[in-house]
Amino acid sequence: MDTVACIKRVPDTGAKLTLTDDEQHIDTSHLGFTISPHEECAIEEAIQVADDHDGTATVLSLGPADAEEQLRTGLAMTADEATLLETDGKEWRPRETAAALADALSGDSGTDPEFDLCLFGNESADVANHQVGVRVAERLDLPFVAGVTGLTIDDGTVVVERDVTGGTEVYELDLPAAVGVKEGLNQPRYASMRAKMQARKQSIERQDPVASEFEGRIEKVRLEAPESTEGAAEVLGEGPDAVPAVVDLLRDDLEVI
Amino acid sequence: MSSNTLPAEAKTVIIGGGIVGNSLAYHLARMGREDIAIVDKGPLPDPGGSTGHASNFLMPVEHSKEMTHLTQRSIEQYKDMDTFNNSGGIEVARTDDRVEELKRRVQSAKAWGEPAELLTPEEVEDLVPYVNTDLIKAGFYSTGAGTCDPLRAGEVMRARADEYTNGGLHVSPNTEVLDLHVENGSIQAVETDRGTVTADEVVIAAGLWSPKIAEMAGVDIPLTPAVHQMVSVGPISFFEDYEGEISFPVVRDMDTQMYERQHGNDLEVGSYQHRPILWDVEDIPSIDEAPLSPTQPPLTDDAFEQSMADALEIVPELLDDPEAGIRHEIDGLLSQTPDGGPLLGPLQDVDGLWSCAAVWIKEAPAIGEAVAQWMTRGWSDIDLHGADVNRFYEYGNSRSFVKDRASEGFQKIYDIVHPAEQYQSARELRTSPFYEKQADLDAEFYEAAGWERPQWYESNSDLLDRYEDELAELQRPNEWDSRWWSPIILAEHLHTREHVSMIGDMGFSIFDFRGSDVVDYLERMAVGRVDVDVGKTVYTPILAENGGFVSDLTIARLGPEHYRVITGSAAGGSDRAWFGDHIPDDADVMMIDRSESLCTLGVWGPNARDMVDSVTEEDMSHDAFEPYTAQKITVGEVDAWAMRLSYIGEQGWEIYAPMGQGRRLWDVLWEAGQDHNVRPAGMGVYGTTGRLEKGYRLFGHELELDYNPAEAGLTFHGVKDADFIGKEAYAEAIDEENTATLCTLSVDDHAPEGGEHRFMLGNEPVLDQNGDVLVDDEGRRSYVTSAGTGPSVGKHLLMAYLPQSHAEEGQSLQVEYMGQQYPVTVEVAGSRPLFDPENDRIRS
Repeated sequence: MDTVACIKRVPDTGAKLTLTDDEQHIDTSHLGFTISPHEECAIEEAIQVADDHDGTATVLSLGPADAEEQLRTGLAMTADEATLLETDGKEWRPRETAAALADALSGDSGTDPEFDLCLFGNESADVANHQVGVRVAERLDLPFVAGVTGLTIDDGTVVVERDVTGGTEVYELDLPAAVGVKEGLNQPRYASMRAKMQARKQSIERQDPVASEFEGRIEKVRLEAPESTEGAAEVLGEGPDAVPAVVDLLRDDLEVI
Repeated sequence: MSSNTLPAEAKTVIIGGGIVGNSLAYHLARMGREDIAIVDKGPLPDPGGSTGHASNFLMPVEHSKEMTHLTQRSIEQYKDMDTFNNSGGIEVARTDDRVEELKRRVQSAKAWGEPAELLTPEEVEDLVPYVNTDLIKAGFYSTGAGTCDPLRAGEVMRARADEYTNGGLHVSPNTEVLDLHVENGSIQAVETDRGTVTADEVVIAAGLWSPKIAEMAGVDIPLTPAVHQMVSVGPISFFEDYEGEISFPVVRDMDTQMYERQHGNDLEVGSYQHRPILWDVEDIPSIDEAPLSPTQPPLTDDAFEQSMADALEIVPELLDDPEAGIRHEIDGLLSQTPDGGPLLGPLQDVDGLWSCAAVWIKEAPAIGEAVAQWMTRGWSDIDLHGADVNRFYEYGNSRSFVKDRASEGFQKIYDIVHPAEQYQSARELRTSPFYEKQADLDAEFYEAAGWERPQWYESNSDLLDRYEDELAELQRPNEWDSRWWSPIILAEHLHTREHVSMIGDMGFSIFDFRGSDVVDYLERMAVGRVDVDVGKTVYTPILAENGGFVSDLTIARLGPEHYRVITGSAAGGSDRAWFGDHIPDDADVMMIDRSESLCTLGVWGPNARDMVDSVTEEDMSHDAFEPYTAQKITVGEVDAWAMRLSYIGEQGWEIYAPMGQGRRLWDVLWEAGQDHNVRPAGMGVYGTTGRLEKGYRLFGHELELDYNPAEAGLTFHGVKDADFIGKEAYAEAIDEENTATLCTLSVDDHAPEGGEHRFMLGNEPVLDQNGDVLVDDEGRRSYVTSAGTGPSVGKHLLMAYLPQSHAEEGQSLQVEYMGQQYPVTVEVAGSRPLFDPENDRIRS
């Protein structure tokens, strides 16, 4: 049973975000790049399911040539194959992205998906549109559940769970299916050094995605960096002298005692 | 301790709360500074600099005595703070060349007094069972090595500093320095985002941010952030049976320039083999912007590829543990300087501003201590001259120079570096007016403090035939011994002693002093009496208060209120700082740096007088121009000034001329020399062969803070009436019997076991007949301070301080070189020249 995890190259940011002068992007000139924790879980799940059911796990990304780095992370985690829908670096909107991914996922047939389970991170770590997974599923006519924190394959179906207030929802989807998974679904593995080295030598399939034209575009006006929360700790005192202040804080401010 | 407060004033402000700043605070407090503030823009205990991501192991043995002693002293301090794990460390060799290098490591370990031994691959396996011994030929075992916890040590040192100061230590984290206030050349205050602190003295201990801070005061600290790649792999099941942080020696896989060290259940794999990746300090993100820390940017994957392959080869069992993965991977940023050494000492253009930068975890506690000694009493127990920040003064501070040298130097970190190895980048920075002429004569240029100086001339290779017989036994068949060397040096030497040579430019640092208080001032600086007749020259030690050497140099009196001080190129920056710093505020003394305005050309040899006299307007006869005097002369059309003295012990002059007239000076003398069999000769003759035959001492080799003038044999001045720095200690040293004496030795047999003749290069331990290293009553070990061949005496010569009991002419001793012991004999105890002991040639 074949799986695919769709991932996105995003800036690895600290507590404070710096924007480019035109306020259109995060300033990444001194930052590294990563994938979101949700997507790490998606890769892990894709690998485990493929391993358990004699299939192939693929990592797929749409992004600039440098997104190869994130695909190699997936390969180093022992995904079998990687495909990059290589863009020229300009930002793609969720609808365009979803259309291109759906095209790639349905392969030569143009309609039938070439996998049994497609995993997305619940939302991307940078823009968090929450759209790509469900749009891909819609285009490929697949069942889709987001917010997944539990997943079991069961005889041609996939049973997924998601947490809701006061309980857990359980869905059973016919395969092929698509899911949006959340951090906590599993414990993503650290790549071994040997796997990481081998991943660097593995070939990555590159495709040129077509940017579809859609009516009714959403225009990004500008980004605003969130107010940075002052992280500086307040020192209440040192040694036994500090105890009354700590007690006051716990009792009066936090009301935990 | 008042933490998180910023005082309005403090005696000493330390910028940087990493291991270096904490160590400084502790030692300054211990030495009596009562009012100290530490500011750092980051939080504590880990403010986000290199201290927070270092691999924290200490391998004490290096080829540098200074660095070895600093690491040994740091280990003592970490032990004292209960933050040291004595794991031991093993450097493994994959190649034959490295095996030789490891023998040299053992040699250095013996010289500097640190236990170490060579191991067979099997012995390595016994100590570190996970190393793939199929790959290795030998190991170098440093039993004293280990790991430390610098963050914990920092906390201990802050607490101790607070105790010593009775609460006078102010620690102010999360406080960013915005500016340094300087008035009338003195530091006044440190301005931060939380207020301004006025201060008497400020130390920049800000690691790789130090250049940025220094710039606020208009001065330079030449370093660049450089990447050291490091990953952590775990959990490794093999380590689960062992308690604690580290149970196995740290492994340095030298030929791949990598290390592997246990850290709990993880294995840290670090590399210096990747291409140099330098950062601009302005590009380093702030603490808030950085996902991990400002100095831990993400790993550059492609640069680490070969490192992974090599690591998997040397410790496959650990890294192929099925449960283990790469849990942490960084491009760790550290400070890289143009020559790899730390940058310590007073920043001479701003009084009260100090640098304590480019310091590794392994040296930090000892460097904090030594710099604190320097700040509080003027000298340090461990001589820091090699690490003086002023060594790059006014030539080696440009961004381009620093980056070029740092890139080149990064690749030397685990490499086999020959002691005479030259940098290839950023060359031809300082050239004398003779440079083009010398290049035409196929000079082989070596560099000193940026100056290009001919070491020898390939155009003199015909002299090898001329002196074939004399040189027969002095040729060096071994590649290592003859690397960065040429027998032409010896031939140039013999030619000089027989005829005449032109040597220069030496790249001297030249300072003129003028003013009505200049005599008093210089008397206070120098051991020798300087209130001499105009036209006299004085060769004199310059001492610290403890009687140790700060420098040795020549002072010439040019006029009643005008002196010229001439010192070596390498010592120029620190000497300038020392002299400048000691001019009293109210004294009428002006210091003028002439180093870049005067060139120097030596003309020496039996034919020197005839040659020079043929083109000077003045009478150069012995009576008209006596030895050890100086005069203005006119050489052809060139207005020059000459001193009749010689570092190689020959008749002749050091001729000084304005740089602009230097080329003409060369041409006139070269032309005149054609009738006198003149040759150009290089610094190989000047700095080594001629010098050693004459027993002349070299600063940084024979002369350093560890030994006093009596031991160095430089007490010919006696004790003058006038006060001078170090007088008390100097007088005491003369009165007391020496504990050690500097001697000249010669090698009796270059192949005692047969085979290739080997020639020592310096820094080898001196042993008694039983093979034990000689140690004097003050615990100082005997080692070769300078080594070089004396062609006129037909011997390979060594200088070494020997314990008094062994400092006797005719004593038979041994020197260990590359794992082999060689018989040597003490030729001279003291400063008497081996060649021409009565100095008849200089006086001729």
